[in-house]
Amino acid sequence: MFGPLTVKPAESKGDKTGSWRTQVRPHYLHKDCIACRMCLIICPEGCVHGKEKNAFWADYNFCKGCGVCADICPKKDIAMVVEESKGEDK
Amino acid sequence: MKEFIEGSHAIAQIIKACQPGVISAYPITPQTHIVEDLAQLVANGELKAQFVNVESEHSAASVVLGGSATGVRVYTATSSQGLFYMQEVVFNIAGMRLPVVMTCANRAISAPINIWNDQQDSISLRDAGWVQIYAEDNQEAVDFHLIAYRLAEDKRVMLPVMVCMDGFILTHGMETVDMPEQEKVNKFLPNYKPLYKLDPAEPTSMGLLADPDYYMETRFAIQETLKASLGYLSEISQEFNTVFGRNYKDLLVEEYQTKDADKVIVAMGSVCGTIKEAVDQQRAKGKKVGLLRVITFRPFPYARVYEALKDVPRVAVLDKAVSLGAYAPIAVEMKAAFYGKKKGPKVISSFVGGLGGRDITLESIDEVFRRLTAKEVNSDFIDLKPELLKEDTRR
Repeated sequence: MFGPLTVKPAESKGDKTGSWRTQVRPHYLHKDCIACRMCLIICPEGCVHGKEKNAFWADYNFCKGCGVCADICPKKDIAMVVEESKGEDK
Repeated sequence: MKEFIEGSHAIAQIIKACQPGVISAYPITPQTHIVEDLAQLVANGELKAQFVNVESEHSAASVVLGGSATGVRVYTATSSQGLFYMQEVVFNIAGMRLPVVMTCANRAISAPINIWNDQQDSISLRDAGWVQIYAEDNQEAVDFHLIAYRLAEDKRVMLPVMVCMDGFILTHGMETVDMPEQEKVNKFLPNYKPLYKLDPAEPTSMGLLADPDYYMETRFAIQETLKASLGYLSEISQEFNTVFGRNYKDLLVEEYQTKDADKVIVAMGSVCGTIKEAVDQQRAKGKKVGLLRVITFRPFPYARVYEALKDVPRVAVLDKAVSLGAYAPIAVEMKAAFYGKKKGPKVISSFVGGLGGRDITLESIDEVFRRLTAKEVNSDFIDLKPELLKEDTRR
């Protein structure tokens, strides 16, 4: 008898670790964004996506709510808001 | 072909016949001769394998884990502190269901440092998920390695096997051994085909994080597989008998003069040779005594033990290891085998002997039979020297 033994690449993305987030989540205001990409680069989870100004977003399926994106944003265009429900969607 | 050969050399020869692709080991007494020989065989080109020299047992175990994960047959050997240094990886190997075969040349555990034989090292790793088979003599030690690979690589099993042989007594003992011929080995042990492997062409990950949603099933699967392995061992031993002309019953336990016995000793490993001699002597005097030798300690053959001893009134369990502060390891299993059953011995007394290489002689065995009375004893040490147990007054 065998239990779960091996995992194929990218299968681990099926583990929606954003469920670990308990307190706050980044909210992208989409007002003063200059597309400097600092939030995308600094995100320890690599869960920030986007290219154009005012079009960046964090994938809450993986975001842990650490807040470094909001902290580094030079335009203060990301607000950390209180987690409403333990959601897995955007 | 029959050869007069040292145990370690015989093991190296049989491993050569099994043709592992990767061997890694770190020398430790009394395992040294085995891996020295294998290193020589590889260096001479007689064995086409990669022998990886490492800086520690932890690395040796890690190398065979990795080697096995890439889908080749692997081998390692160790003893005592070396096995303990491997411990973390030993559990990983079982958890990743890799069919590693290891020889454990049984040796006592520090401190105080002691290089001589008892069975504390492998017994202490009984919960690791490995199959543990204990050899009585060098013929068995050789044969068990073949059976170990067959069982480990069986698609129904895929678990590591530890072949345990008493350090020095077997590893350094010269005996006549019927060495299996290469053609027969090839017939009995086909090339290893892994269920899954690490392959750049088809990437996969093994042994990575399993959170509370996944972990328990991995353990349950090993538990069930080990229980089922008792049957597979019997099956494989029958096939082994056919190919090599031996006479192993099932490789779980050996019953020696137990049928009509009043008193039976239960033991494991090379000491059983001495016990058989003692049994013969006592039988010659008309005493109904016998021996039940446990061959496979993990998985533990509870049903076979029950069948063998259910009508024996008194049983003495002789452990060459201790679980300090509790019942001795084999004694625990013996009591468990009869708990709540209708039949079974009135007395199961537990004795501890032979620690750190102290000889278990015919007199020691007679002493065990003498102390096996209507009064049950637990972890009763035999051959103690009371004069060494005085309080230290030198301070």
